Amino acid sequence: MNPREIVKIQNMSKQFPMAGAFFTALADIDLSFRAGEFTGIVGPSGSGKTTLLNIIGSLDVPSRGSAIVLEHSISDLSHKRAAQLRNRHLGFIFQTYNLFPVYTVYENVEFPLLLLKMPAAARKQAVQEAIAWVGLSDKTDSKPPQLSGGECQRVAIARAMVKRPELVLADEPTANLDAKNSHNILQTMEALNREIGTTFIFATHDDKVINYLRRKITLNDGRVVKDEIASGTAGKKAKS
Amino acid sequence: MISIKLAYRNLIGAGLRTWLNVVVLSFAYVVIIWHKGFLQGWDEQARRDTIEWEIGGGQYLQQDYDPYDPLSLEAGHGMVPNDASAEINQGRLTPILALPAAMYPQGRIQSVILKGIDPQQRIIAIPSEALSVQSSEIPAVIGSRMARNNRLAVDDLITIRWRDANGTFDAQEVKIVAIFRTNVGSVDMGQLWLPLQRLQQMAQLPGQASILVADKRFNPTQSYSGWILKEQKILLQPIADVIRMKSIGGLVIFFMLLLLAMLAIFDTQVLSIFRRRREIGTLMALGMTRGQVIRIFTIEGAMHAVLATVVAAVYGIPMLYYFAKTGWKMPEMVDDMGMAIAETIYPAYPAQLVLGTILLVLVAVTIVSFLPTRRIAKLHPTEAIRGKLS
Repeated sequence: MNPREIVKIQNMSKQFPMAGAFFTALADIDLSFRAGEFTGIVGPSGSGKTTLLNIIGSLDVPSRGSAIVLEHSISDLSHKRAAQLRNRHLGFIFQTYNLFPVYTVYENVEFPLLLLKMPAAARKQAVQEAIAWVGLSDKTDSKPPQLSGGECQRVAIARAMVKRPELVLADEPTANLDAKNSHNILQTMEALNREIGTTFIFATHDDKVINYLRRKITLNDGRVVKDEIASGTAGKKAKS
Repeated sequence: MISIKLAYRNLIGAGLRTWLNVVVLSFAYVVIIWHKGFLQGWDEQARRDTIEWEIGGGQYLQQDYDPYDPLSLEAGHGMVPNDASAEINQGRLTPILALPAAMYPQGRIQSVILKGIDPQQRIIAIPSEALSVQSSEIPAVIGSRMARNNRLAVDDLITIRWRDANGTFDAQEVKIVAIFRTNVGSVDMGQLWLPLQRLQQMAQLPGQASILVADKRFNPTQSYSGWILKEQKILLQPIADVIRMKSIGGLVIFFMLLLLAMLAIFDTQVLSIFRRRREIGTLMALGMTRGQVIRIFTIEGAMHAVLATVVAAVYGIPMLYYFAKTGWKMPEMVDDMGMAIAETIYPAYPAQLVLGTILLVLVAVTIVSFLPTRRIAKLHPTEAIRGKLS
């Protein structure tokens, strides 16, 4: 049985006003993502990867066509409903980590659960578990400025995963990391994908990430030029 | 609740920047409360002393007598009304006769007001019992300012000259039998207090008076023909006016202090929104609405006022308590002002003043904190996440 379809994009385009005209960032996109995928949207800078990820993440809306995410039409969502969708079902990992600098690791990871109004005891357990997933149990009281780039990104992963979202969107998650840290991060995400079944969609042009993908969608000038099954060999090697 | 929790975390996390704002704001709190407390203490003391020494529970003024017009003194007297005698006998009213005169201290001439008062009265605090002495000279009591200005001391004799009811000048020596000290300059400067009956005889005005002063526990309501009732509230109005003028002067200081504190908060908020736009975008990505983000930033700003209240309490309460106990010494020169000013003013801090100041600052800070956050509503999350402003 095929896993359920969690993202369905049909004939979608996105244009931005620019100097009195319109710049087409995405054109006629038709894509579908199923639960449990470990998929990457790859392509050169300016190809529309981040824009596509933003629309799937309900941070932006299509100019034309439809994007259905977890049975919600992104175009029809109010600000409040879009925020609820992100809060309950989506996790985000950013290139620049986007951690809250004045919060400790624990508080950063706890944040999404506070928004969900989770009871304190359950919240504590979930936070400790998420921090353990990314191997930072000894850094719970540290603040982001005291952590390395790799550690910061692991905190970001823990923050994205702590509420066990159905879909995690990662925008260039390894762009600011060295090779060793990149592999650590990717192995962590791959393990979470396999163990918890969370769907990961990456926007990347980093070969290190591409080697872990099981599906690779290539964008160029806002159009899907290739959608292929990838070997995910790096992940398999790491597992073996 | 979550907004408050997050705002608190952010505020404490901001460290020195937060505490600088908080200290400035707490300073504004303490200065405003101290200054208003000082005026409040002055107001209370001036009212109390004026009631004790001059106006009692209110006054009846003879219709031709105007305390602010020296020219009215010649004719400003009349027969004490018969129907007031019961109140006088029961100690609820006491008559005072005021007449213009001149005195000659050390060869100089000086205008004075002779005030006749019943030596047995206990309605106002003038030590009139000292006038009960039996002697050939006319006994007089004076205030310490009058004594100092004219170099007079107890047992000194001084010549006075007055005109009687027929317009005839007469002169005699009076003996200073007591000098009293009061904060109420208007019963002291340029005034000689004599026994009422003696003054009535001197001026050939038997049974006449200019003022009937009511006991402070007695609320005069009855009207007497030819006499104008001045209620205590009306008589205290000049004090209220002076205090109001002082308060308005103080408002300028408060306004500037508050303005400085508000500018610091506003500046912090604007800077905070600019520096933390990536954080704002992240908050939205994590599931917060723009309204919730605005709320967090507004509460964060408003919490400066809450923290400032705590900080102000830490050093302000002991400081204000100390001033309330030891008082604030007034300079010598203010002693001669027209209204009652004690040597030491004891500030008073009623709950209304403290709570009102806290509320005022809290509301002002909240408004100032909110204004820059409106910019968040215009932020697009995808740009904010990348640290750009829309």
